[in-house]
Amino acid sequence: MKDMPDQDSLPPVTEVCVAAMIAIIAGGIYMASHLPKAAATTLPIIVIVVGFALIGWNVLVLSRLREFSWSSFWLVGRWALLAYVVIGGMLAFVFVRDGTRGTQLVLVTLMLIAYALIIPMLLAFSVARYQPPDDY
Amino acid sequence: MADMTHEASVPLAGQPAGAFDRSQLQIVPLRGLPIVGVVLGLLVATIAADWGWGLDFFHVVGGGLWTAIDLFVGFVVGPIIGRLSIPARIEFSARFMPKMLLLMPTLVICTMASGWQLGHHLGFTDASYFRHGWIVASYIVVGVMSVIALGILEPANLAVLFELKKPNPNRELIAKLMKRFIYTAGVTGAMQVATLVIMTRIASA
Repeated sequence: MKDMPDQDSLPPVTEVCVAAMIAIIAGGIYMASHLPKAAATTLPIIVIVVGFALIGWNVLVLSRLREFSWSSFWLVGRWALLAYVVIGGMLAFVFVRDGTRGTQLVLVTLMLIAYALIIPMLLAFSVARYQPPDDY
Repeated sequence: MADMTHEASVPLAGQPAGAFDRSQLQIVPLRGLPIVGVVLGLLVATIAADWGWGLDFFHVVGGGLWTAIDLFVGFVVGPIIGRLSIPARIEFSARFMPKMLLLMPTLVICTMASGWQLGHHLGFTDASYFRHGWIVASYIVVGVMSVIALGILEPANLAVLFELKKPNPNRELIAKLMKRFIYTAGVTGAMQVATLVIMTRIASA
């Protein structure tokens, strides 16, 4: 059994996750800096689309991986997802508590959802890439 | 003084007492989870009740600890780890990193959630606030720190812990990932200096 997959053969999931994270954070800062007025929605919508497109691309390239430690990926991924759903939920709670409503709330929620997907994916991949691949 | 050194008898070689058993390594210290649960529960209750002192407490204590730990790890602990032998680094990491894995996200969420609510009440998050530029700068600093901590530092931390769980850990890989951890801890430490400047500037307004 291999000790770990050939690192050069793995897709750039980490880099794509970081790019998605940067896009989402930039959108969040843009929206927050305009409060209490509603910021123009064009930029937040663009970053959300970019963020989810990058997540989708990662899901696609990950689904094509065969020699990979999927058991480690899911082990880390599910617990990290739980943690970031709690964190994202708390931040959403604060926004709702502060009276964020309508389009702004939808955009913020979508950003938090993207955030809560990106980080577990990043953590899970970072661990699984150094683990022996599962038998398949 | 010389007599004292003769009297002290400390074993210097061989297996040290209480040597760390890696097979017992817990990546997430389960005993800490109830404490985290209680802290987060109190945070939610404080925000829901709009309890002024509670918000202040969470923001000041959480932010103070976050900043101090980042600075201490970045500029004191990090360089020391960098000079340790690989076995010493491994033993230190196996004891240190699981605690950080639980502590830091808790401090960050407490600081950010209470800080946002506090800023909202005090009018600091309002775009018309006369030092709004400093507030936006703080968002940017936190954003950069998030990318570094969650994109580089935390994955390296977690990967080291999983490597340590293996019967024969890859020392080269651990050394490589630890180097990443040490450098990024230094960068987040430097970013915390910016946080201190911004927060004291806002507080003195």
